[in-house]
Amino acid sequence: MSTELITQLGYVVASGLFIFGLKMLGSPATARRGNMFSALGMLVAIVAALLDQGIVDFTWIVAGMLVGGAIGAVAARAVAMTSMPEMVALFNGLGGAASLLVGWSALSPDSGTITLVTIVLSILIGGVTLTGSLIAYGKLSEKIGSGAITFSGQQIVNSLVVIGILGGAVMFCLNPTDPNWLYLVIGLALLFGIMAVIPIGGADMPVVISLLNSYSGLAACAAGFAINNNALIVAGSLVGASGIILTQIMCKAMNRSLSNVLFSGFASVSNEETVVEGEIKPITADDAYYVLEAATNVAIIPGYGMAVAQAQHVVKELTELLEKNGCEVNFGIHPVAGRMPGHMNVLLAEADVPYDQLLEMDEINPRMETVDVAIVIGANDVVNPAAREVESSPIYGMPVINVADARTVFVLKRSMASGFAGIENPLFYKENTRMLFGDAKESIATLVREFS
Amino acid sequence: MSGAEYLLFILMLSIFLGFELINKVPATLHTPLMSGANAVSGITVVGAISLAGTGSETMAMWLGVGAVTLASINVVGGYLVTDRMLGFFKKKEG
Repeated sequence: MSTELITQLGYVVASGLFIFGLKMLGSPATARRGNMFSALGMLVAIVAALLDQGIVDFTWIVAGMLVGGAIGAVAARAVAMTSMPEMVALFNGLGGAASLLVGWSALSPDSGTITLVTIVLSILIGGVTLTGSLIAYGKLSEKIGSGAITFSGQQIVNSLVVIGILGGAVMFCLNPTDPNWLYLVIGLALLFGIMAVIPIGGADMPVVISLLNSYSGLAACAAGFAINNNALIVAGSLVGASGIILTQIMCKAMNRSLSNVLFSGFASVSNEETVVEGEIKPITADDAYYVLEAATNVAIIPGYGMAVAQAQHVVKELTELLEKNGCEVNFGIHPVAGRMPGHMNVLLAEADVPYDQLLEMDEINPRMETVDVAIVIGANDVVNPAAREVESSPIYGMPVINVADARTVFVLKRSMASGFAGIENPLFYKENTRMLFGDAKESIATLVREFS
Repeated sequence: MSGAEYLLFILMLSIFLGFELINKVPATLHTPLMSGANAVSGITVVGAISLAGTGSETMAMWLGVGAVTLASINVVGGYLVTDRMLGFFKKKEG
C-alpha cells in the first residue's frame, strides 16, 4: 500500500471521527466523549499528513506545532468562562490567518487558473476573518469602544474596497507571477475585515462571532480546494455550517435579518419614546425573602449582568436553599442572553447548576403562568414586554421571555439605566413587578443569609 | 471523477451533513459547539504540514510554518477549552 493511499485513508477516518464527534454533541450526556472523538480524528489527520512523502525536513513542522500547542494549552487553561466570547473570537481569527497563509504558501508558478481562484478565495476569506475577528475581540474585551463606529461615506468606502478586491483578484489570476496584485488583495481583504465589523454595535456581537466562526470554516474549506485536500473541505464545511446555523438562531432571537445586523448599527434605529404607565415599586431584600419563602415555583432569568456581577455562584446557593424549602427552581435562558450563543449555560454549568434545570425560552414561556416568582438578574432587553406590546419599539417582534406572566417579578438592577440596546423597559412599571436595587451579587447574598 | 468536481461533490455532501447534525445540538451546548468548531477549523494544520516541510527555506515554507503554528493554537486550545467546558455540564443528582 502506498503512503499516499494511507494518508488518504487517514483523512477518511478523521472525517468520520469529526462527524461522529459532532453527532455526540447532540446531548450534554455524550458531548464530552464526542469532543474526544473529534480530537482523536484530528490526531489521525495530523499523523496521516506527516506521512507525506514530500516532507524532507520535520524540524520546523515540529517547532511550529510545539509553540502553537503550548500557547493553545496555556490559553485554554487560563481563560475565564466569562471571557469565552473573546477567546472564540480570537481563535476564529487565528483559523482565518492560518488559511490565508496556507493559500498564499500554496501559490506556485505552475498553478492553474482554478487553483489560482481557490487560492484567492482562501486568502480573501482568511484575511477578512482575521481582521474582523480581531476587531470583534477588541470590542468584546472592551479594548476598543464596543459601540458602532459609523462615518459619512462609509458605504462608498466599503464599495470601493469591494471593487478593489474584485479587480485585484481578477488581475492576480491573470498575472500570477506579479506579486503586487497578490499583496493588494491581501491588504484589501484585511482592510475589509476591519470595515465590516466596526459599524456593528456591542449588542450584536453574538451574531458577528457566529458569522466569523462560519467564515473561519469556509476559509479552511477554500484552502482545502487550493491544495486539493479532502480533510480540509469536510472539516471546513462542518464548521461553516455550524457558524451559519448559529448566526441564523441569533438573528431570529433578535427578530432581525442578517443584513440588518451587518449594515445598520442599533443606534441608527429610531428611538421613539414609549409612554410608560405605572410607577416603579422598589422592594427590600427582607420583603423579597418573605415572598420567596412562600413560593413553590421560582424561575430565574439571567442575563450578562449576572456574569458581570460574578453572581452565578450565589445564585446557585440560593437555588439550593429554595429547593430545600420545597420549591421548584428553573432557569429561563434567552438565546441572546450573554455575549455568545449558549454563554449563560456555560457560566451556570460552571457554578454547578445541573443542565436539566436550564430551560430554553420556548420551554419556560408556557410554564410562566404557574411560576410564583420570576427573578430577573442582569437581563433587560430579553424580558422586555415592549417586544410584544409596543409596536413602535425598536425591538417589537423580538421573542422575549414573558416574565410578566408570573405572579410576581423581581428585577435585580443596579439603577434605572436602560439596557445594552438603550430601550425603555415597561416591565419595571408593571403591577406585579418589584425592583430590588443594588449589586446583584450582594442582593442575592443577602437573600441567602436570610434563608440560612 | 477527479479534480475540482470531485472536491465539490464532497463539499456539497458535507454541508448538508453539517446542517443536519448541528441543528440537533441543543442551545445549552452552543458555546462548546463554537469552541469545538474553532478546534476543527484548525484542520488547516494538515494542509500546512506539507507546505512547511519542504526544507527549502523559501518564503512559501515560512508561510507554511506560520500556518502550522497558528492552526496548532486552534487545535490544542480549542479541544482543551471545549473539554474543560463540557466537564462543567452535570445532570441533576438523584
